Amino acid sequence: MKKQIKQAKKKISYRTAINQALHQEMERDNSIFIYGIDVADHKRIFGSTKGLLEKFGPKRVFSTPLSEEALLGFGLGAAISGLRPINVHMRVDFLLLAINQLVNMVASYHYGTDGKIQVPLVIRAIIGKGWGQSYQHSKSLQSFFAHIPGLKVVMPTTPADAKGLLIAAIRNNNPVVVLEHRMLYDVEDEVPIEPIPTPLGIGQILKRGKDITIVATSYSTVEAVKAAQILGKRGISVEVIDPRSIFPLDEDIIIKSVEKTKHCIIVDYDWTFCGFSAEVESRIYEKLSNKLKSKVLRLGFAPTHCPCTRPLEDEFYTDAIKLIRSVEKKLKLTRTDLSKETFYSYENKFRGPF
Amino acid sequence: MNRKKLILNLFKKAYLIRATEKLIIKHYDNNEMKTPMHMSMGEEGIVSGVCTALPKNSRTFGTYRSHGLYLAITQESDKFFAEMYGKVTGVLKGKGGSMHLLSPAHGLLGISAVVGSTIPLAVGNAFANVYLKKKDITAVFFGDGAVDEGVFWESLNIACLKGLPVLFVCEDNRYAVHTPWQVRRGYKNLVNIIKQYNCSVFETDTTDAEQIYKLTSRAVSSIQKKHQPAFLHLKYYRYLEHVGIHEDFNTGYRDKLEFMNWQKKDPIKLLRNKLKELKVSDMEIIKLEEGISKQVTESFQNAKSASFPDSSELLKNTFYEKTN
Repeated sequence: MKKQIKQAKKKISYRTAINQALHQEMERDNSIFIYGIDVADHKRIFGSTKGLLEKFGPKRVFSTPLSEEALLGFGLGAAISGLRPINVHMRVDFLLLAINQLVNMVASYHYGTDGKIQVPLVIRAIIGKGWGQSYQHSKSLQSFFAHIPGLKVVMPTTPADAKGLLIAAIRNNNPVVVLEHRMLYDVEDEVPIEPIPTPLGIGQILKRGKDITIVATSYSTVEAVKAAQILGKRGISVEVIDPRSIFPLDEDIIIKSVEKTKHCIIVDYDWTFCGFSAEVESRIYEKLSNKLKSKVLRLGFAPTHCPCTRPLEDEFYTDAIKLIRSVEKKLKLTRTDLSKETFYSYENKFRGPF
Repeated sequence: MNRKKLILNLFKKAYLIRATEKLIIKHYDNNEMKTPMHMSMGEEGIVSGVCTALPKNSRTFGTYRSHGLYLAITQESDKFFAEMYGKVTGVLKGKGGSMHLLSPAHGLLGISAVVGSTIPLAVGNAFANVYLKKKDITAVFFGDGAVDEGVFWESLNIACLKGLPVLFVCEDNRYAVHTPWQVRRGYKNLVNIIKQYNCSVFETDTTDAEQIYKLTSRAVSSIQKKHQPAFLHLKYYRYLEHVGIHEDFNTGYRDKLEFMNWQKKDPIKLLRNKLKELKVSDMEIIKLEEGISKQVTESFQNAKSASFPDSSELLKNTFYEKTN
């Protein structure tokens, strides 16, 4: 294994980490510009684009008309002409207005020029949750994006990755969709001060364990780590894998973990049907079919639309409680006493409206 | 450019397009050029006139009906025919076919088979040119059907808002696939709407490439002087069916009389008459035409005898792999 170089780190939020990546990268490379609805308004995309306008001016940092399709095509046009655009969407749901450009144009441009033209384009889109976001402010769609050849898709879950993956996306000469989670914006953790890219296609182990593997994406990692902590108290050792990058996918990290634990739950932050969880499950069976001690379990969004009201919304998502119950069932454990545990700390802290 | 030189230049481009497509028509039904062709026949005056007037280093974007645009810009037919035959010597090694002809080396940066979808790219390209302090112009060609798409209006708005050097070239043949404008438009006059934008508007009904050249030159100057986009509204008649090489006047949605009226002012015919006016002899014209026909025939034969791409080509260039 490569020796880890020690980096100076500082505890900052996910939001600040994104902001820092943008400041540092835009300072490094004049060809980077950032644009989208409300990028330069007083709210600055939940604070993530704070200070950019003042530092880099309106030529490189600007708000736009509500014209998602044209503006993604505009970004593609700029990306093939010497610039490195970052197109921002306050919700992934709004990016759907630009799906023709994303799927028909952006994804196939390099291929459709026989490799003569590269597309260094970043699309930041934010996933909403809680406080009544309902069914048009809460989609994640990573399975859909990753289904399209030519697109890279990442889902940072820690502040360090929010910074590192964004830097890697900006420096990559392919279109990269970066799916940030709104509810992770206030999470604080140690983040390298210097701009260091997190390589695309390398997963990470969020918590080491030996009894069962949970593969979790985006906000589901929060629930998975919570479940692992609670189960840990009664001696159940859960390994939590965060692929970070949906495509390219670090298959090895998943296979190695499941080979060790022989039990696996995939909790994808998306619908399960035709989804990323099915992709991961099939890869596990292809490699480890005879070595598993139990069937792989897939969890995700309920197969319907996300409701506004909190009691139903809680049912829609797979939370730590459901995960704990699933682990117990899989490992044939007695029910853990959860009466003294607190859940939904993010949801309870989050104040809307947006 | 003196007038004779200009007309010769326009004629060469227009005739190359016509000769190429005539050869396609002769052989398409042999079922070897397996690619949906949207023929340019009838629009030669527009692409020749506009492309000749564009300043050097201009960038261009087009549509799936871009045989004419590609040939007018590159004036090459080897890669063109090879692409039609799906051969490794083609524009995209056979991966694109008739609907994806482009040539980055000539500034032809984007051709798309989805109506309207290269329009915002042209605006982004123009933005990049301004950003990088280049003085070049970006021209985007699209049909009147594209004006029905929201992305056209979004793109026009952005270009006008930012005062970008974009030449919007609307090639209006009055039909979107088979649907005439009368049953598609809830407004009276397209050009009058566009005049409300911060955009210079130019329009003509002519099929005369020389007039189109002059009008385009004026549009280009206005972009450079006023620092805002220009919209060029040009009309032509699509001689053949929407896709394919046959006439479709028997299908009932349009009348052959229309075609016959437009054919009287056929762009090739007009240019040939101009050459005669300029005292270019019949012999010289025939020689010129034969030279172009020879080029096209050779390209066609080379394409037929070229190899198909190796299977190893399939996955190449899905991603750019040399970064990070």
